[in-house]
Amino acid sequence: MLQTTANRQLDILQRLDNLVQRYGKHSSTLIPMLQEIQNAYRYLPEDLLTHVATALDLSPATVYGVATFYAQFSLEPKGKYVIQVCDGTACHVRGSMPVYEAICKKVRLVDGKATTEDGMFTVETVSCVGACAAAPVVTINGEVYGKVTPDAIHVILDTLESRGDTADA
Amino acid sequence: MGIMTINGQRTTFSDENNVLEVIRNAGIDLPTFCYHSELSVYGACRMCMVEVEGWGTVAACHTPPEDGLVIRTNSAELRHVRKVSLELLLANHERECTTCSRSGSCKLQDLAQRFGIEHIRFGQRDRKSPIDASSPSLVRDPNKCILCGDCVRMCEEVQGIGVLDFAHRGSQITVSPAFGKDLGDVECVNCGQCAAICPTGALTVKSQTERAWRAIHDPDTTVVVQIAPAVRVSIGEEFNLASGQSVTGQIAAALRIMGVDYVFDTSFTADLTVLEETHELLGRLQNQEPLPHFTSCCPAWVKFVEQYYPEFLDNLSTCRSPQQMFGSLAKHRYSQDLGISADNMYVISVMPCTAKKFEAQRDEFQQSSRADVDLVLTTQELARMIREEGLAFEHLEPTSMDMPFGFATGAGVIFGVTGGVSEAVLRHAHEEITGRQPQPKAFEAVRGNDGTRRVDLKIGEQTLRLAVVNGLAQATELLERIKSGEESIDVLEVMACPGGCIGGAGQPIANNRQQTQERRSNGLYREDKTLQLHQSKQNPMVRDVYQRWLGEPGSAKSHALLHTHYGSRRRIQGESMDIASSKKPAAVEVQVCVGTSCYLKGSLKLLRTLTDQVEAADLTENVKLRGAFCCQQCASGPMVIVGDDVVSGVTPGHVPDLLQRIREQLELPVS
Repeated sequence: MLQTTANRQLDILQRLDNLVQRYGKHSSTLIPMLQEIQNAYRYLPEDLLTHVATALDLSPATVYGVATFYAQFSLEPKGKYVIQVCDGTACHVRGSMPVYEAICKKVRLVDGKATTEDGMFTVETVSCVGACAAAPVVTINGEVYGKVTPDAIHVILDTLESRGDTADA
Repeated sequence: MGIMTINGQRTTFSDENNVLEVIRNAGIDLPTFCYHSELSVYGACRMCMVEVEGWGTVAACHTPPEDGLVIRTNSAELRHVRKVSLELLLANHERECTTCSRSGSCKLQDLAQRFGIEHIRFGQRDRKSPIDASSPSLVRDPNKCILCGDCVRMCEEVQGIGVLDFAHRGSQITVSPAFGKDLGDVECVNCGQCAAICPTGALTVKSQTERAWRAIHDPDTTVVVQIAPAVRVSIGEEFNLASGQSVTGQIAAALRIMGVDYVFDTSFTADLTVLEETHELLGRLQNQEPLPHFTSCCPAWVKFVEQYYPEFLDNLSTCRSPQQMFGSLAKHRYSQDLGISADNMYVISVMPCTAKKFEAQRDEFQQSSRADVDLVLTTQELARMIREEGLAFEHLEPTSMDMPFGFATGAGVIFGVTGGVSEAVLRHAHEEITGRQPQPKAFEAVRGNDGTRRVDLKIGEQTLRLAVVNGLAQATELLERIKSGEESIDVLEVMACPGGCIGGAGQPIANNRQQTQERRSNGLYREDKTLQLHQSKQNPMVRDVYQRWLGEPGSAKSHALLHTHYGSRRRIQGESMDIASSKKPAAVEVQVCVGTSCYLKGSLKLLRTLTDQVEAADLTENVKLRGAFCCQQCASGPMVIVGDDVVSGVTPGHVPDLLQRIREQLELPVS
């Protein structure tokens, strides 16, 4: 277990280094590096951002600026399951908001927070995942669920735990 | 070259960068928030919109001059555009003008009045961000920020640091240090140029006038004030006097009326610095010690070297800055002359500089928890105190400064302008090397406005290779060339602020920065010319100080009082990174530095080798392995900390030795 964490940490540092080798020590390498970290941790830890700034010769404030500009990056640790409710036009008119509210209620999210206190779920809205034909759409750790209803949400969330395969995206 | 028509007037232009400059040269003060000729063009504030015939409405700052353009700078539509932009900016701006230190020098206030904004149709914003007063030098109030980005570009382009940048998006956007941290916890060197260029009160100099009044009004405290050279040629601007006009006598008079006990001149300790620093420099040249010799008068530059160039720390002059030399002499020697205890003496500096506030608080300059310099006021703050006292500054009868530390030579006075330290040291070095005094104009080659000036000067048989730099971005460029071997020099003078101390962020806010700096620097050179002495060594009070207290330059006594050493410093306060953490309480903590300097020296490979070998040696259960961000010993990296042992210069080849140390600390049998 210890060795696994160590290897994971070292791997990400190595992968970041590889990106610098491949794309050069240039500001345009920044976003691929941030994506690499976001994929590995589901958020951007501060220490790694400082590391990225060093590796690219950018100021940490600039890296922070880019990281906070894009919705795809998060500076807060996200839940084990990241649930994205599409609220694009098609999904919205087909009732995405009742779905969103049903999810928040089901996972007991209160006070406009995005992540549950036990760190299990993060619920957020996104603008169009490009699957309008299946509206309303919800994605859970990247897996797409179409024509979702508030009732269907209960079933989906209840079976999540048993399908451990999506847990470690 | 060409001709444009501006508001019906034919106007010739030559090499102006953009239409805005042509319009301003034609005598029309087109308003801007985000345009500064020394920074890149940003085009965010939309104040400089003009109508160009055939093109429509364009931003003048972004439009290159072209022959035959027909331009209007004022029309019904343009007035509407400007007024709406101003209204929107004001809606987002905390309009507590009465309590704002920039009231009166605020561009937003000025333009709102100029354009007759009497009513703002939009509501105030409901979100209030906390004020960041963590820095010893500056205060950041995001509620007053208009997002012009001037500070962002100043820090990035002129100082090469980039402490601030835009963060978040849309209505959430702010200008912030990295990770939303406070200014006091990041890599800011406290030069304050962001505050000097901020059009509003979003970034201001931290005001400490209350503490100064408290000391002055305390009957048991002897208040000793030192005035930096650059203050005398700028404070008059606050009282409608011409910039560059020297008002030393009025400053002394004002301080005495306010109740200060002694008024002295930092130029005096600048003279002392010249003797100490020349002695150090000649020693370096003779003994093959690290060259180039770096000046260390500028506290922003010193912090910059500590953070970014630890490998050059030995190049920094060990001389304390004139401010700190003064504090040390006043507290530890002069107080004895006065027959008072150092605890009853309160030393106030008046400086053109915000970084001096930081410098005075450094650990190096505290003795038994009292600081050598108790308080640093900027030129701006002193001007406010003079106004508070109710003095008609411009009509004050000038008086002289006190003896002994009120007597300075011209060499000490020119410390306030870029190149001044070099020129003063060269004058003295010339006499030390050749035994003759230099011609009055011998070293004028080091004067000027360029960011970097490279000069080779022949003194006797010796050729000194000199570089004079202002602006830290320029310093970075030069240091990189020195590191790569492209450039090789003997002496490097760096002042962080454009123009040197006269362009410091504590100075009165200038509308035309370049012109004001030129006038202030002329003022200091004029002062040098009119003083009787131009060589620091001739200062009779300096001789006196050596005779009574120090012996000779470079002596053990002068080292104790006038010199110091600086160490490396981490840029951003933050956590270390867990690599592999054993839950065992007895486990040894091993930290491998992956901070900038160590990372570049290959600490990543080291970390990997170490992890592998820790596993191979079956020690995983006993080790907490962490990636640390800077152990502040960057010059000798890569650094590894095993328990309490700090090991420097570690390569993957040293890993068996590290394992040995881990075993020792675990009290396991050593293999």
